[in-house]
Amino acid sequence: MNDLLAVPVVLPLLGAAVSILVGRSRRAQRLVGIAVLSTLVGVAIAILVAVDRDGTIASDPGGWGAPLGIVLVADRLSALMLVVASAMLLLVLLYAIGQPGAERNHVGFQSVYLVLAAGVSAAFLTGDLFNLFVAIEMMLTASYVLITLGGKLEQVRAGMTYVVISLLASMLFLAALAFTYASTGTVNLAALAEAIPQLPAGTRTALAALFLLVFGIKAALFPLHFWLPDAYPTAPSPVTAIFAGLLTKVGVYAIFRTQTLLFRGDLPRSLFFVIAGATMLVGVLGAIAQQDVRRILSFNIIGQIGYMIAGLALFTPLGLAAVIISLVHHIVVKTGLFLAGGLIDHHGGSSRLSQVGGMVRTAPVIAILFGIPALALAGIPPLSGFVSKFALLDALTEERAWWMLGIGLLVGLLTLFSMVKIWLGVFWAPPTEDLDGVPYPEGVEPAAAARPGAPLLMTVPTAVLVAAVVVIGVFGGPIFGLSERAAADLLDPTAYLLASGAGR
Amino acid sequence: MSVLLAFTAASLFAIGTYLVLQRKLSRVIIGLGLMSHGANVLLITSGRRGLAPLIGSGDPGDFADPLPQALALTAIVISFGVTGLLLALAYRSWLLSEDDEIADDAEDRAVADHLHHLHQDDEVDDAAALTPACEDTDPGHVASEQVPPRAPEAPR
Repeated sequence: MNDLLAVPVVLPLLGAAVSILVGRSRRAQRLVGIAVLSTLVGVAIAILVAVDRDGTIASDPGGWGAPLGIVLVADRLSALMLVVASAMLLLVLLYAIGQPGAERNHVGFQSVYLVLAAGVSAAFLTGDLFNLFVAIEMMLTASYVLITLGGKLEQVRAGMTYVVISLLASMLFLAALAFTYASTGTVNLAALAEAIPQLPAGTRTALAALFLLVFGIKAALFPLHFWLPDAYPTAPSPVTAIFAGLLTKVGVYAIFRTQTLLFRGDLPRSLFFVIAGATMLVGVLGAIAQQDVRRILSFNIIGQIGYMIAGLALFTPLGLAAVIISLVHHIVVKTGLFLAGGLIDHHGGSSRLSQVGGMVRTAPVIAILFGIPALALAGIPPLSGFVSKFALLDALTEERAWWMLGIGLLVGLLTLFSMVKIWLGVFWAPPTEDLDGVPYPEGVEPAAAARPGAPLLMTVPTAVLVAAVVVIGVFGGPIFGLSERAAADLLDPTAYLLASGAGR
Repeated sequence: MSVLLAFTAASLFAIGTYLVLQRKLSRVIIGLGLMSHGANVLLITSGRRGLAPLIGSGDPGDFADPLPQALALTAIVISFGVTGLLLALAYRSWLLSEDDEIADDAEDRAVADHLHHLHQDDEVDDAAALTPACEDTDPGHVASEQVPPRAPEAPR
């Protein structure tokens, strides 16, 4: 079982290499990609089942002991994230194969995508801060290529901002690692968890703040969120979907891992509350101001991350469980929304609200595929967002954090408003401009959609995600039970320390 | 950590920060390179000083700590690769726009101008509010008389 832990990292990397070797045949590349990611989903589920049954497991694939060698650890949180992430990677790959453009025109897409998969898996499984740096770099380097795929001017401009901001964060991460190593003499998470509480309070707070800053950039927390709505919308829609679903969540996961395992209580709760509230408000207000489907959705990513930080600030079993289920919900729903956004783009030829319209009649399937996750994002029962938001609000009530509760409810309402704005613009109202942005004169009926309908391979993965949104909402009990057990793991890291510290 | 190395790392970070704040891409890239050197110097100094590790034999306490050196090597390789990618991007940007400068986000400008116009005149149309405010506007774009030329759409 323990040896299985290396598979999610090694297999996609091997797959990426094979994918380059068979680059002449697009069919063989697709076969490799789908086979690797399907295996990854299977392995991830096996790991989750084993971890949920037997508790945290660890392995040292290099053969060196814990403080020096590479350690991979899977507790319930990382195993759950791995399952959700690998399922998203597989579905989005299918969507990308079905979509004209992104995947078909680029030999490198499949192998770079697999490197991204390896980076995401490694970030969730690593038991070592420096390997977390390497995993995040692996993931980000792949994302630099994917976001500029096509090399158009707008993409290069937005991609450049994204690369520079991410690199700055990486430099800060390296500096933080240097300070950590200088003060403790180790970068192994389990060893750090024992060494850091013995440091002076000032050093602890400085390190905690530095790591929060680093991962805050990756997770797009206020006031470090500005790069996200600029960079994400320019990429091809499957790429944006996987970025929206996974990349920021890796940042949130890293904040979680470091703040619960290493810097427990070193930063005041009020700081997290202020960051959470500001992130929620700025994200959702930004979304309302936008006129483009993808940009509205991108700003909403930021708003939803605020909820997760609010749960982390509570640091109660219910609060952490609420965050874990909202991580799962958010990955699924956001990927689904961006895939549906890609369908809108494909059908209408644009994603600007003024240039598409009337789709509820011309493309009712897309309307359903967009409508359900949009309601879930706003937290309408019986969908997945309701379960996660209810759990969080319940946890906030328990801790009497009334201000946060008020902001949470308000932001939920405004999120619904921003979704209704898309609904009105895309599905109900007729378009007011043609695709070049020239307004239609009074009384002229707009021409038919550019490419009516959508390929089956684009519709089916989106439909699967929408079904998952409903299932997480209706059968929320078992998933919330798992989240509660994962939260208990985080609150009492003894098992994590035993498993990884012993190097087993 | 010796004062000299601490000072070196600090100045590398300071110069790097200054360069990253410039608008020219080439300066930003050099700035990022300097900052990564600063981070590597920090990493090297975080370990114990001493003899070169793995060469010769003797008391383990006399040798330098090899772990941060291994970490710094990894970090150097990563920043080398990413700098290569950045240079390629900058070249691509120069090919496309014949300029080395980072342009503003067209959509951000559009939203800002839209709000600005709403305050001035409530009847301003959405499209009319989009003004050619940024550098990458296509000068050849000619629109009808009523509508001023607008910022180009994000290409798909």
